[in-house]
Amino acid sequence: MQRRVEEFLDRLPEMDLMRSEKMTFVQLIFPFESAHRAVSYLGDFGLVQFRDLNEEKSPFQRTFVNQVKRCAEMSRKLRFLREQINKAGVMLPDTLAVQSDIDLEELETQLGEHEHELIEMNSNTERLQHTYNELLEFKMVLQKAGGFLFSGKEHSVLEERELEENVFSNNGYVETASLIDKEMRPATSEQSGLNFISGIVCKSKAIMFERMLFRATRGNMLFNQALADEVVLDPVTAEEVEKIVFTVFFSGEQAKKKILKICEAFGANCYSVPEDIVKQRQMTREVLSRLSDFEATLDAGLRHRNKVLSSIALQLPKWTNKVRREKAVYDTLNMLNFDVTKKCLVGEGWCPIFAKTKIQEALHRATFDSNSLVGIIFHVMDSVDSPPTYFRTNKVTNAYQEIVDAYGVAQYQEANPAVYSVITFPFLFAVMFGDWGHGICLLLGALVLIAYESKLSNKKLGSFMELLFGGRYVLLFMSLFSIYCGLIYNEFFSVPFYIFGRSAYECRDSSCSDAASVGLVKVRDAYPFGVDPKWRGSRSELPFLNSLKMKMSILLGMTQMNLGIILSYFNARFFGSSLDIRYQFVPQMIFLNSLFGYLSLLIIVKWCTGAQADLYHVMIYMFLSPADDLRENELFWGQRPLQIVLLLLAIVAVPWMLFPKPFIQRKLHLERFQGRTYGILGTSEMDIESEPDSARRHHHHEEFNFSEVFVHQMIHSIEFVLGAVSNTASYLRLWALSLAHSELSTVFYEKVLLLAWGYDNFIISAFLHALRLHWVEFQNKFYHGDGYKFKPFSFALLMDEDE
Amino acid sequence: MYGFEALTFNIHGGYLEAIVRGHRSTLLTASDYNNLCQCETLDDIKMHLSATEYGPYLQNEPSPLHTTTIVEKCTLKLVDEYKHMLCQATEPLSTFLEYITYGHMIDNVVLIVTGTLHERDVQELLEKCHPLGMFDSIASLAVAQNMSELYRLVLVDTPLAPYFSQCITSEDLDDMNIEIMRNTLYKAYLEDFYRFCQKLGGATAEIMSDLLSFEADRRAVNITINSIGTELTRDDRRKLYSNFGLLYPYGHEELAVCEDIDQVRAVMEKYPPYQSLFSKISYGESQLLDKAFYEEEVKRLCLAFEQQFHYAVFFAYMRLREQEIRNLMWISECVAQNQKSRVHDSVIFIF
Repeated sequence: MQRRVEEFLDRLPEMDLMRSEKMTFVQLIFPFESAHRAVSYLGDFGLVQFRDLNEEKSPFQRTFVNQVKRCAEMSRKLRFLREQINKAGVMLPDTLAVQSDIDLEELETQLGEHEHELIEMNSNTERLQHTYNELLEFKMVLQKAGGFLFSGKEHSVLEERELEENVFSNNGYVETASLIDKEMRPATSEQSGLNFISGIVCKSKAIMFERMLFRATRGNMLFNQALADEVVLDPVTAEEVEKIVFTVFFSGEQAKKKILKICEAFGANCYSVPEDIVKQRQMTREVLSRLSDFEATLDAGLRHRNKVLSSIALQLPKWTNKVRREKAVYDTLNMLNFDVTKKCLVGEGWCPIFAKTKIQEALHRATFDSNSLVGIIFHVMDSVDSPPTYFRTNKVTNAYQEIVDAYGVAQYQEANPAVYSVITFPFLFAVMFGDWGHGICLLLGALVLIAYESKLSNKKLGSFMELLFGGRYVLLFMSLFSIYCGLIYNEFFSVPFYIFGRSAYECRDSSCSDAASVGLVKVRDAYPFGVDPKWRGSRSELPFLNSLKMKMSILLGMTQMNLGIILSYFNARFFGSSLDIRYQFVPQMIFLNSLFGYLSLLIIVKWCTGAQADLYHVMIYMFLSPADDLRENELFWGQRPLQIVLLLLAIVAVPWMLFPKPFIQRKLHLERFQGRTYGILGTSEMDIESEPDSARRHHHHEEFNFSEVFVHQMIHSIEFVLGAVSNTASYLRLWALSLAHSELSTVFYEKVLLLAWGYDNFIISAFLHALRLHWVEFQNKFYHGDGYKFKPFSFALLMDEDE
Repeated sequence: MYGFEALTFNIHGGYLEAIVRGHRSTLLTASDYNNLCQCETLDDIKMHLSATEYGPYLQNEPSPLHTTTIVEKCTLKLVDEYKHMLCQATEPLSTFLEYITYGHMIDNVVLIVTGTLHERDVQELLEKCHPLGMFDSIASLAVAQNMSELYRLVLVDTPLAPYFSQCITSEDLDDMNIEIMRNTLYKAYLEDFYRFCQKLGGATAEIMSDLLSFEADRRAVNITINSIGTELTRDDRRKLYSNFGLLYPYGHEELAVCEDIDQVRAVMEKYPPYQSLFSKISYGESQLLDKAFYEEEVKRLCLAFEQQFHYAVFFAYMRLREQEIRNLMWISECVAQNQKSRVHDSVIFIF
């Protein structure tokens, strides 16, 4: 019988996702001349993970350090170009240009030229801009300061009178060129002997500047300011700076020296403004004409620069790509080791077995293409290290694999929970989110994401959108299942619909006056699918739904936990550990099912027979007084002896999973190492000499520490026993959230405005709870998750990482 | 409240303490220094640093590098970290963090004033200032002609203003005066910082008083050594010593009358913590003293990380990072000037 079962199990079709790919440790010996090409072909192929054989060497002691440095320098130039392009606002082409192969040397010189050209252009523009700024500032100073001078003379009398008010309202600055100036203290009343300096200063520094002037002259000055009409472009940072035109009136040579020094310290540019109004006008005209000249020159320069930049922009993605690939190739080559003759490079790494022939093909191609006389040697080696975990996923399963990997990467070849998560995850989500109206909304969202898949995948999305987009297929499944569960719950935005026929219940009479108090009568067969819509709003709606959902959650939880334990059986079988099957899987199955499996059985029997038994009572008294008569709570004949047997089984199962395994392990260990107290000395050293940098060097000296093993087993057993209770209880969250969801959506339905708000929040919490049920309650039954991911050297992955 | 910081410290300080400890773990290690010392060119140094936390700050520098660029970028990183911490800090940690920069502020003021005295260009001087000690009106320091003007014009707005009260004279600025001003300011600063830490209490006070005492003692020794053979009177010298520290007050009395380095040594050897320091140095030697002091300081700063729930880690981290930048500068200079044999002279390993 057992053999037939096993045969049957062996004949089951293989599942790609169930076990990670079989990996093998390989050694590659490249002749020097074809190494670069071979490695880049492998990068295109992307299924070899190289081991770093030069770990102890620092980056600049490695063989290809110069090439790596050159690549780094080139990518710096590329970054510079990209920055310039972005600053100029030139669009980068979305797609890669035609992949014509470019020589790295040629590219290097080209990049150098472009950088040089741009730097020169920039410095030219900067110089021009500088002069232009000066003129612009001069123009503004002329306009504004001219106004000050003019009005200063006109209104000097008026000023005195207005002073009182202005002192109190001195938070403003001048908006027009007329006089509403802010001053700190009455200036000297006589105009004679008064000097002035006008200039322009950054708006942010203006207050400090004024204060400093005030202090330096001990208040013997008059400070006029006005906001400049135009912003000035800072040539270095290319930011627009707001500036303020000022005029300082003062007397004395000493003060002048000080003020000029302060101007210098604050980066305020001073311009001399003639007092004569005719001269002023003439100067303004001159400046204006020169300004327009400069503008034209600047514009021409800018156009030329943009042209150059856009021609670079066309090539830029291609170049970036090329440089990145080259750098990756050299980085990989740096991980290889020279062999004794210094003519070959030796590499070691992991690759999946299915890819072996293709890798060999690629290597042949590389030998051929680089006209090498010597082929590349590729052979399998054995390694004591555990191989990396590699699942081949597609765009649908990838998101689920990510969810599982977020908990922990599977051990090499252990059963992968992602297989089941594809269905169970969205299903459990939907149990909590069962509403086919909400489901349809979600579906529309998911469909939009999937429809624009090709467009969105190239784009940079925000972190939240990226998350949604990455999980679009999860969303799709979640929405489909919530429609399904919503149909069962018969909820459409919390409103029931008569979809599958008429309700089974009707009022006792035509007036329906006693429907809320006495209830309804059943007139025909049960509603064919899901919850009868008549329940909505009835007196016993909540007790009915609660009982239904609670029992359902326990059933679902038991199913999933049993699946988890069964998977641990398959794991044990796969790794050939009969110990785990006999002393872990079997007692665990017995323990869980004799308690909560029995509860599930009772639930089903109660549903089928419509009995009135109180299941709480049955379960509680099963422990408290198993020998007592069940009386009215008896669901079927022979329930009492069955309970006693189950209870005994559960009690036996605990020591069964606790004690035998560690003791048997110790016995096996002692038998294996009997009479070998001294171990085998010397071999490890010999190994190191023969294969200097191979994976074989890492010898694991297995030491059997009984107390550690026993404590470990004890923790596991206790965790399982306690977990059986707490995990089952934990599945009740399905009920709780489903209840909360339907109640909340009722509220939102009544206050439609709130609909969108609660919706988002609830999706997230239902998602998180589903996640927890998978990570904790399901996966702790079988999943170790202590493997490490297969990270092949692949150009395609490289692109993803950088973007 | 000593002993009870653990209850409440993490409410405000926990996040930043975690941050600063994270930063500490990115300090260069001995193996990093070993690798750096083997570098042949500045590009090698850049390449090595690109694998460390300094990477992003150096990656966009074009290839013929200069020592100044390396130092500038490394300092920029420190400043960025400092600013981030300051933004996140609440009282009293924010004040504590601000105190850390006052030393640089004093140095910058002195730098600018000395520079203007020798008629250097202000912009050029500003570039040399330490970015941590910058304040708004620093450029206008150049305007001042004498001490009181310096105070009245510029420093009154800065946190240094209270420290200045002791050195306001209407004397003209000259090199000697400036140096005295620097030391007076520093003295006032250290004393104020010390009082502030004592007010904070707890482990902060304990550790900071150790660190600041060491700083004060070191300054006292340096002032003594540097003032030997100058016209500074004993009383004036005595006034420059900070009024706390291991040497206060009796050590100060003795230091004030020292006439040569061996006398200083005799005074210092009475104090056990400094005895070991001086025992490594031969008689009459003052060159190696700086390094010995730095090494001792680094050791003490590292110890600050052994305790939790106090602010001294921030001080220690900033100081250690500055030491690291000094190390990098020395290594880069040695590499740039082909003096690799001297690389180990002044590098102080932090861990």
